[in-house]
Amino acid sequence: MRPFIRMLTPVLFVLMALTLSGCGEQFIVLDPKGPIGESQKDLIYISTILCAIVIVPVLILTAVIVWRYRDKPGSKASYKPNWEHSTKLEITWWGIPIVIILILAIVTVRYTHMLEPSKALASDKKPITIQVTSMDWKWLFKYPEEGIATVNYIKIPEDVPVKFQLTSDTAMNSFWIPQLGGQLYSMSGMAMTLHLQADEQGSYFGSGANFNGRDFAQMTFTVDATSEEEYKSWIEEVKSTSPALTMEGYEKLTEPGSSEVMLFSSFPVGLFEKIVTQYINGDGGAHQQHGSEPASEDADTADSAAANDESGTDNNAHHHGGH
Amino acid sequence: MLDKIKEFASEFFVTGDPLILGAQVSIALSLVAIIFTLTFFKKWKWLWTEWLTSVDHKKIGIMYIIASILMLFRGGVDALLMRVQLAAPELEFLHPEHYNQIFTTHGVIMILFMAMPLMFGLFNIVVPLQIGARDVAFPFLNSLSFWMFFFGAMLFNVSFIIGGSPDAGWLAYPPLSELSGSPGLGQDFYIWGIQISGIGSLATGINFVVTILKMRAPGMKLMQMPMFVWSVLSSCITIMFAFPILTVTLFLLFLDRYLGAHFFTLDGGGNPMMYINLIWMWGHPEVYIVILPAFGIFSEVVSAFSKKKLFGYKSMVFALMSISFFSFFTWAHHFFTMGSGANVNAFFALTTMLIAIPTGVKVFNWLFTMYRGRIKFTTPMMWTVAFIPCFVVGGMTGVLLSVAPADFQFHNSYFLIAHFHQVLIGGVVFGYFAGLYYWWPKMFGFRLHEGLGKWAFWFWNIGFYVCFMPQYALGLMGMTRRVNEYDFDMGWQPLNVISTVGAFLMGLAFIFQVWQIAHSIKFYKKEKDGDAWDGRTLEWSIPSPAPLYNFARLPQVTHQDDWWEEKQRIAAGGAPKPLAPLEPIHMPKNSGIPFIMSVCWFTAGFGFVWDWKWMIVTGLAGVAVCMLARSFSYDTDYYIPVDEIERTEAALRGTK
Amino acid sequence: MAHAVTAHTGAHGGHGAGHGGGHHDDHHDQESMKQFGFWLFLITDVILFGTLFATFVVLRLNTDGGPTGAELIELNGIIISTFLLLTSSFTSGVAVLEMHKGNKRGLILWLAITALLGASFIYLEVTEFIHLVHEGANIGTSAYWSAFFTLVGTHGLHVSVGLVWMVALMLQISRRGITPVTKRKVNIISLYWHFLDVVWIFVFTIVYLMGVM
Repeated sequence: MRPFIRMLTPVLFVLMALTLSGCGEQFIVLDPKGPIGESQKDLIYISTILCAIVIVPVLILTAVIVWRYRDKPGSKASYKPNWEHSTKLEITWWGIPIVIILILAIVTVRYTHMLEPSKALASDKKPITIQVTSMDWKWLFKYPEEGIATVNYIKIPEDVPVKFQLTSDTAMNSFWIPQLGGQLYSMSGMAMTLHLQADEQGSYFGSGANFNGRDFAQMTFTVDATSEEEYKSWIEEVKSTSPALTMEGYEKLTEPGSSEVMLFSSFPVGLFEKIVTQYINGDGGAHQQHGSEPASEDADTADSAAANDESGTDNNAHHHGGH
Repeated sequence: MLDKIKEFASEFFVTGDPLILGAQVSIALSLVAIIFTLTFFKKWKWLWTEWLTSVDHKKIGIMYIIASILMLFRGGVDALLMRVQLAAPELEFLHPEHYNQIFTTHGVIMILFMAMPLMFGLFNIVVPLQIGARDVAFPFLNSLSFWMFFFGAMLFNVSFIIGGSPDAGWLAYPPLSELSGSPGLGQDFYIWGIQISGIGSLATGINFVVTILKMRAPGMKLMQMPMFVWSVLSSCITIMFAFPILTVTLFLLFLDRYLGAHFFTLDGGGNPMMYINLIWMWGHPEVYIVILPAFGIFSEVVSAFSKKKLFGYKSMVFALMSISFFSFFTWAHHFFTMGSGANVNAFFALTTMLIAIPTGVKVFNWLFTMYRGRIKFTTPMMWTVAFIPCFVVGGMTGVLLSVAPADFQFHNSYFLIAHFHQVLIGGVVFGYFAGLYYWWPKMFGFRLHEGLGKWAFWFWNIGFYVCFMPQYALGLMGMTRRVNEYDFDMGWQPLNVISTVGAFLMGLAFIFQVWQIAHSIKFYKKEKDGDAWDGRTLEWSIPSPAPLYNFARLPQVTHQDDWWEEKQRIAAGGAPKPLAPLEPIHMPKNSGIPFIMSVCWFTAGFGFVWDWKWMIVTGLAGVAVCMLARSFSYDTDYYIPVDEIERTEAALRGTK
Repeated sequence: MAHAVTAHTGAHGGHGAGHGGGHHDDHHDQESMKQFGFWLFLITDVILFGTLFATFVVLRLNTDGGPTGAELIELNGIIISTFLLLTSSFTSGVAVLEMHKGNKRGLILWLAITALLGASFIYLEVTEFIHLVHEGANIGTSAYWSAFFTLVGTHGLHVSVGLVWMVALMLQISRRGITPVTKRKVNIISLYWHFLDVVWIFVFTIVYLMGVM
């Protein structure tokens, strides 16, 4: 009986994980609060079920075969030591995975285009823009339209699409708010676009998912989704009560180290663009081939980022030419 | 003067951590103990003539395996330290820097200095015996490969106590791994340790492709080769195409750090993302390089212990070769989240899924080898049977990860960690263990204690599931890899504790294995017969351990599973094949050059790390001298006379 | 720059594992096996250069505001060195023909001419590098120049290693004459030499012609 139990263990574990996920709020990836995360969750379930169609019978088959054909005295099971080929059977098990993978492939291609992070979300509300910079070891968020900045904290209105522009001041990181949707790398020298939206009010966990040095684990932040009124009054509050982020203040932030939540009523004009282009020297710039937004042409004022919209919607495509 | 020495020592040695101090002391003590033992028992000459200079593939294989088990120990201790650190929220067991070093070295060691040498060890011991050859194609190069690996691994490991360990992750993404992000010496040790051993791996790849294509016993057609040999062939072809990319990538990173070049730097027009592409163009094939031979081992074991021919031989060969081919077109699935655009992501998602097809087919073939067989649950077979469900589930989570938009949620999370450990432990480690248990009697001429082996097996398996199943869940809870601590209110603790318990169960399993080996040596019982398992392939037709020349007469092969067919024929009353007269056997001479040359590489690498010009020059000059010395030496082989073969054979077969 | 030496190590088994003394049947097998192994090594070297070419192509525009290749590189010298290397490939072919005729002196002579042409090629390359450094372009100037020096330099190192090897081989031939072993070694080095020639044609086309014109 032992092999049986052992065969079933992984299945049980997976089932357990799945059942837990249904009710456990802690499984934040499977408890999305926004359209992107919702579609990704659907996709996770669809692909799991498709795979399970093959996996579960295989596991059962394994258990049955191992049990039935074990070597014991007086076994009545058939024994054919030279049976080594059956075209019919082999066509079957080349065929089944091919069909499953074909279906999964179609689903994947559709979703890949649908969930392309740089694609703007359909909504009748005007999206807000948040410029995200990963630093050693903290997140700097800037609201170019509102003119405020924060460290390790985001507040967004519910039901309003958010356009995140991601870059990095140093090593690469990955910007991830599991309950709103999947992550995207923040890389220096380029501005990537990630569209997310919260459908419900709530407080969501966010983190830097890509290792970038000593205090990497401290790069977590909270995303609060609130009503639009609350969001607006928060903006006003920050504007009236918080200090301004000066260039010196920014230089201080670039010093390695983790940070508490900070709020700033304003930030230097064009700071994000400066961060993106800081490593580009001269016109044969390093990052042009990436096709990412150079973000410098039209970005002298803080609120011009919105103007980037037309040009920047599907600009995330890198061209890894030559590989 | 004294101050100067003190200053130098404090820079040279890693200081300030009691754990490391303990390691330094114990390393020093064991070195002294080894030197003392060798001197006391007057074994230095024996060590030099029998092992360090040996070009015998069986001895080289054993040295590979010993080295890899030592590395398994170190990588395992790294893993346990990490698991302790993660067992409770906000724990201060390891400093963040130390934690970062440990997960970096854990990854590098387990893949490059544990899995690779264990694999090469099995290649070395088994392939020539299975194809009926007397050695590999280039025995000298083979020895060089081993010592390059060994000294590369030593150079990497020495960073633990000298200079400081690398801490930028096992693939060292720039700009973090550039001077700007990692000014310490650890990253240089990383580059040179891997570079030197990587050259050895590349050479091994070439060596075994030639061996398999050119040195098969008379009559053995390609489609009659044992499946393990096919898997080695596909793995080595993959090595040939993948490892040069690693060599170049590390070399460019070295130029960035050493000469201030701008390949992957942030400034100067460098392109860090190019590194990520390049390293995965090696890195993805690399995981197939290590898993393909495991597939071969399972095929051998499953057939031997089901007492049945391998089902779907041609399918298996085709699957192996197509996996090896497709492995080169999936690299970008390691960074779907780089934002390369929907079309690029869709392409790499599809190629990745494509690989699942041949892999799945193999599983069916193994199952149907057991179907209508007679399954004997020996230790190798138990590992094989345990592998199938483990790998099937791990493969499934792999397919989930390949769905690009879903990967945006899995990427860099513990879901990913659980996935690759499941395929690497459940596939590679289980496979190599199966191989090690299966061929152990052939290597050493005695069996391992089955009972202790079964204890080890159960601890490994239960430990594995307890350790890694919770990690899938942790990934879905948003826990990212490489975090050294987490907040209490994340609710990650219970599952982390379970996972840590599982890791320690695996640690216990390792102790059982060491005990098993020690016990079996203590109660040494010589194998009477070379055919320990009533095997099917040629290696079981000769005595255990095999004599220096392997086969007194080269076998004439007529069938797949030739030894099994021969036994069947004789059992049915057929006459044994007539014995050809013995002839003198042509053998390569031992050589000290590989060892010395690798020491020179080590010297040069160490010099590059510290930027000591005199040492670099000495090392590289030594390498050049060794190569010329080899080129000028024409007296590199000899013949074993017939009467000596007769005496050896009589002694070996006489005990039958 | 231990790199080319590195790559050469792979080749070592191909040519280095010499075989002396007895004239036995398996002699032929051994030598042909080594040639086969060397072919495989060349495949890995193709990948190595392929990766370097890819790197160069990716970084070809990243001059970071500094000098470009078109500004500094003088094509005349490059055309001369191309001519020298192509000729040396031809002379190494002649050397092999002499070897098949059994003409030891001719073999050594043509190998010497090949080596001389190769050395001149290296001389010109070093001169070019010195010139570039004087003009303000070294490996650290920008990504473009890093890729340029690494690609061209790796080829140069391969040629240099080939030169040392050729000299060693000439000494061996003069001592031992044309034997199956030395024959195989000459075959292998001429293979290597032709290979470097082909690589150079790509360097010339991609780095110099397409990059500079």
